[in-house]
Amino acid sequence: MGEAIVVTSGKGGVGKTTTSANIGTALALQGKKVCLVDTDIGLRNLDVVMGLENRIVYDLIDVAEGRCRLNQALVKDKRFDELYMLPAAQTKDKNAISPEQVKDIILELKKEYEYVIIDCPAGIEQGFKNAIAGADQAIVVTTPEHAAVRDADRVIGLLESSHITSPKLVVNRIRVNMMKSGDMLDIESILQVLNIDLIGIVPDDELVIKAANTGEPTVMNPDSKAAIAYRNIARRILGDTVPLMLLDQKQGAFKRFKKFFGMG
Amino acid sequence: MTVKSNHVTIKGIKDGLVFLLDDRCEFTSLLDDLRYKLEYSHQNILTGPIIHIDVKLGTRMVTEEQKEMILDILKQRGNLLVRSVESPVLEEEKDVEGALMTMSGIVRSGQVLHHKGNLLFLGDVNPGGTITCTGDILILGSLRGMAHAGVEGNVDAIIAASYLSPTQLRIAETISRPPDEWENRETSMEFASLRDGKMQIDKITNITRVRPDLNVFKGV
Repeated sequence: MGEAIVVTSGKGGVGKTTTSANIGTALALQGKKVCLVDTDIGLRNLDVVMGLENRIVYDLIDVAEGRCRLNQALVKDKRFDELYMLPAAQTKDKNAISPEQVKDIILELKKEYEYVIIDCPAGIEQGFKNAIAGADQAIVVTTPEHAAVRDADRVIGLLESSHITSPKLVVNRIRVNMMKSGDMLDIESILQVLNIDLIGIVPDDELVIKAANTGEPTVMNPDSKAAIAYRNIARRILGDTVPLMLLDQKQGAFKRFKKFFGMG
Repeated sequence: MTVKSNHVTIKGIKDGLVFLLDDRCEFTSLLDDLRYKLEYSHQNILTGPIIHIDVKLGTRMVTEEQKEMILDILKQRGNLLVRSVESPVLEEEKDVEGALMTMSGIVRSGQVLHHKGNLLFLGDVNPGGTITCTGDILILGSLRGMAHAGVEGNVDAIIAASYLSPTQLRIAETISRPPDEWENRETSMEFASLRDGKMQIDKITNITRVRPDLNVFKGV
């Protein structure tokens, strides 16, 4: 039985889809059998980021409503044999599916795949409830901005009151210079507020935007700092102890991170 | 039509009788009195057609068993139908007022923690989170969200936090937005109270100035 991980954030535009695509690809890179699930019905774009848009035949709603078998809707990745994606429907909206239906589909996928990565839509409404229904774990993505941290806090509260007890945090789009000069929230103060385990920090990298536009997940490009960060996150998901990437960070955050893994 | 005895008072009301039972005497003597009253007096009232009875126990705390004993005596008279027994409600309100409830956790954005009484909260209140109490709010942790003490109008309520950096403070009807200079305050534990209707922030050691009723530790 595999593990289902939902990638969520509350706020839009912080990098949920990018994180989902890259973590999923990084896990596949480690030889794991992975399925990505896009639950952002009506505004799907995981397929675009993965470069698989033109291969879609059926989608999540088709599976839920029994128009096709689950296997027929799965799109195989171009790069990895063990990486699949279940796309969202673009023509419907979030109410076209119920949390129970999603849960059943995820349960089915978990039998086949070692990791099921669920890309959650922004917001805390129906789409969010659908996305977390089948998940065992959660990764909360935030950026070093007050608004994003506030929304992440809200989402963590909702997750904690659901069946997901200990969500993990990814701080995305870090600009080292701004953080150093104090113009950007630093990781220490984000952790102070959110008070959950940090599973990775991802630097802001133009290559990520470039990669998303070409439908090639950043994680494939070893020259990108963000790629290394995503690979590290994947390794931590697999249970490895990987030290936090050095971004010329204050030592505090690093020490704190080590503490989470029982090294400090 | 009021008949007085030592411990039992019977009053006539429009549609029945009210038995007022003394709440200070011994329970056994109360029973004796009740028995005596029913057997030897007021034959004219206590016989005849069915009469509805309300029993009032005053502030006496009775167990279910004791209540049953009173009812048994009343039942001996076939024409007395007990309609209600008014026993004191456990005075929770009063108990809660002085007591300090301890809770822990994190009040996250969008979450509301409400408590009737005084609350000692071990943990943080994050921005967007709300904590409300009819009494005092004492936080061992960071208060970054909103705290409202004395929600039902208690202007003597206070708000204290290890790290007092709220988005807003409210005591009773008074709402205060922290001025910018709060940010640069010392990191010692502080509390907020109302002085002449205005929000006032002070070090926790000065709490007895506004609350002289607290148990003050004076050393040996």
